[in-house]
Formats: sequence, C-alpha cells, structure tokens
Amino acid sequence: MDTTPLDGNATAGALAELFAFNVTMAMTTCAHCRDTRSMAELRAYVRAPGIVLRCRSCGGVQLRLVQSTERAWLDLRGIEVLQIPATATV
Amino acid sequence: MRWLEATVAETIPETAQVVTLRLDVPAWRGHRAGQHVDVKLTADDGYSAQRSYSIASPPGIDRIELTVQRIDDGELSPWLTTVADAGDRFELRGPVGGWFVWDGDDTAPVLLVGGGSGVVPLMAMLRHHAASGSTAAMHLIYSARTLGDVIYRQGLEELAGPHRAVSVTLTRESSPDWAGRRGRVDADLLAELGWPPSIRPHCYVCGPTPFVEAVADALVALGHDPARVKTERFGPTGG
Amino acid sequence: MSIVSRGFRGRRRQAGAGLVPPGQYLVDDFPVLSAGPTPDTALEDWDFTIDDEVGGAAARWTWDEFRSLPVEDVTVDIHCVTKWSKLGTRWQGVSIDTLLEGIDTAAEFAVAFSDGGYTTNLPLEDLQDGRAWVAFGFDGEDLEPEHGGPARLLVPHLYFWKSAKWVRGLRLKQQDEPGFWESVGYHNYGDPWREQRYWDD
Repeated sequence: MDTTPLDGNATAGALAELFAFNVTMAMTTCAHCRDTRSMAELRAYVRAPGIVLRCRSCGGVQLRLVQSTERAWLDLRGIEVLQIPATATV
Repeated sequence: MRWLEATVAETIPETAQVVTLRLDVPAWRGHRAGQHVDVKLTADDGYSAQRSYSIASPPGIDRIELTVQRIDDGELSPWLTTVADAGDRFELRGPVGGWFVWDGDDTAPVLLVGGGSGVVPLMAMLRHHAASGSTAAMHLIYSARTLGDVIYRQGLEELAGPHRAVSVTLTRESSPDWAGRRGRVDADLLAELGWPPSIRPHCYVCGPTPFVEAVADALVALGHDPARVKTERFGPTGG
Repeated sequence: MSIVSRGFRGRRRQAGAGLVPPGQYLVDDFPVLSAGPTPDTALEDWDFTIDDEVGGAAARWTWDEFRSLPVEDVTVDIHCVTKWSKLGTRWQGVSIDTLLEGIDTAAEFAVAFSDGGYTTNLPLEDLQDGRAWVAFGFDGEDLEPEHGGPARLLVPHLYFWKSAKWVRGLRLKQQDEPGFWESVGYHNYGDPWREQRYWDD
C-alpha cells in the first residue's frame, strides 16, 4: 500500500523551496486539537496530488501544499501557530 | 533550496539489490549525520520523478554517498542501481531534515534500530561517531532478511569498537551456518540488547513504516521517553 | 533547466499518442494516492446519502439497499492529475442516474463527501447521463480499501481526484463549493483533455 504516512521530516526538501528556514524544525499547534509538536513528527502523506501533513494526535489536516511548475499553493489553516527556533536554518 | 548537479564518481554494489553511489556535488555545503537528499531524474522528453534517499556518508568527506535499494518497478531506484555509471549526472536537493540527526555533541548513549535499507542514515551516524572519536556508547540493532541482504557487512564489522556495537538479526535466513540472531526486532530483543530507559538513550529508528511503528511502539512500551525516540519512516516498502 | 539523466525512463510505459490526454503516461500498475489514512467503515455502518440544496435528506441507502440497485459493468479510461493514465479499467457500480431518480432539485452543483473528510465538487450535470457511478467492484473483485472500497465515486471524464474514494454521499448545492484539492490549487472542473490541472489552466 502506497499510502502509509511518512514523518513530516520527509517533506523538508519540498517545504525548503518556500521558506527561508527549515520549517519542519518548527513546532506547530494543531488548530483542531491544539496538540503541539515538531512539524517533523507530523504524519506526512506525500503520495497524493499534493503534500498533506496531519496531526499525530487527532489526524486533522494541518498543512496542504500543491506545486505546479509555475507556482505553489500553501494552506496552513490547520496550524494555529508556528514556533520557530532561532536555530531552524535551512 | 535549489537543485544541485550531482555526478556519479563511482558505484559500489552492496548486496544483490543495493548499490552505493559516490557522488561529486560541487555546490555541496556539508551535512549532518541522518539527513537525506531529494533526488530528481529527468528523461529526455521532460518527464521527471523525485524520491528521497538518506545520506550514507558522514559529514566531512568530499564525496557524499547515497545507498539505494532497488525496488521492482520503482521510479528512480532501477535507474540509480542498474543504469547509473561513473560520469552520469542528475539533480539533488539538500541536505534536508534537521530532526532525525545525530551530531555527537553530547555523550548520552545512542540506540540505533534499522530495518532493511533503514540502516543507511544510521550508518552515517556510526561513521560520524567513529570519525569524530566520540565516546558516547552507540549500539546499532540491524534487522535484515538474509545474510545476503545485510548492507555494509564488511563496513559494520570494521566499525565495531569500544564505544560502538553492532547486532544483526536475520528474519529469513535458512542457512544453519548463520550463528547469529534470528527473528524480528521485538520488545524482548530491544529489552535484551538495548539500554534500560533509566539511562535515557537517544533512540533512532529507521526503515519500512510497519517496522518503524512496531519498534517505536515497543521502545515506548518498555519505558523509553517518546521525546527521545526519533523515527524515519521510509514508506511501505522501505528504500 | 533540468539536467537530463542518460537512459532514465521512469516507471511509465509510453505516452500513448492520441489515446491519452495531453501530458499523460500509461502505467501498468494502479498507483495508490491518498491524502490521509485508509478509512475502515464496516458495511453495517455504511450508508450513502443525498442531501438536497436546503440541507434536507433527499435519499439514503444502507449497504444492502445500495447493493440491490441495478448494477452496471463499465469499462473506462482513467486519468490522474499526477500524469498516469490507465486504459480500459473495468468497474462495477450503480449509476448516479439511478441514485438521482425521483429527486427533484434545482441545484446545479454537487459536493461528494467521503469517510475521512475528503470532498470534491462537480457540476451536477457531470454526474448525470451515464457519466458517473458509485463503484464497488474493480476488475471483477470487490473494490479494495486502498483503492476506495467499499465504494468510491467514478467520474472518468474528469481527472481522477474527482472520483472520490470512500464516498458516502452527495450534497446538492446552488453554489459551487471547491473541495479538498480544488481549494488549494487544483482546477475547479478538471477536464483532462483540456489539461485543466491547476487554477487558471
């Protein structure tokens, strides 16, 4: 089965195209259940028409990313807030 | 983070299914043990595909190494393991991933548990441990199917030392000549070979997703702090 | 400019000239893509509902009721926005025309919803006139969970993200309401022959 989730860490390369820092090292607070942990630990579904990161606690969608050659769409509504350590350089 | 040009300098067969590619990447800025790269291959008609591969070489070496397991009908691995030859070029992005890393800047004990090709980033950590002269106690528990599937067989023997132990368990080896362990990495084996939770080791678990989930759950059930158990799931088939 | 790697072909077999929409490649296997875990709904808990445009329940079938509706065997080509296509795939399912029979509605749009929260939107007319089914069988067998079983939407004339896996019903709407992928970059309609992959394509 090709849909078993990976760790959010596996999306660090794709997200590095968009952020000036290693966003997978940031902590996210889930907008659905307020679970807070490193983005690297979220459940990553990367075999999809886009990338989806889901909360490890409630399964709610925290991040969706779609990329075409010309642009990317990023939905972060499932994240209430990001905590970005000063050391999270790419 | 942009795509960098990589040129194959050398291909090293590891097992019947696994090849290490030694690469020249002129724009490489260095990496940490445990990180990976995203590899992109493009065909002459523009078709392209990407996959992630863990870096097998430790920091500080000129040429980085990727160890790739051939997946039947895979997108990239058939090319990387059977077609790629010295002089061939492709693109990679990285290093990426700052979470599943071991830098060796503390002396806490380290338990590495790898299944199949999950041993690759753990090998980078072992090599870094050796190259940096670390005295942190490091133990690799490596599960493979048969002796012929053990990646880095010779390298692992050479790396074992005063502060580095390697235990291999085989799950499908039928030869009576194998005098080592047999069977899956389960709670009993982890309790026997790993350290007690009271010494608070850093645990790194890598391999196919079902393997990682079973081992991580077992470590936590044994009492290890979940915050000190880091996982790198490779997906359903690993590699 | 990308670096071309000598001899790289990837897993695709061939770009079937004229057989597949632009930009698509044929594959031998049946790739599984998903935005979340595979749901695990027991058949005794499964139902398919159609809600009308004022939110009322217009129709509902339990699994047994659904499986006693007339069944069609259909052979269709399917096209995924991630560029793979499969020709001549064989499905068994209930036509959406059958499910919409007797439902009186002024709605022009529909949202298909699934276990796990996935949604996708379509004009209602694209679900009618023999163009869409709720499929429960693939290649002569029960539809496997990883491919959307027990039942999925099948709308082969649009990109396959519109064929919602694990479908549980339709909500009829006066206004178009972009679904899971349509709201984050994918084309609202998704015609593979006009290569409508992303917004503004």
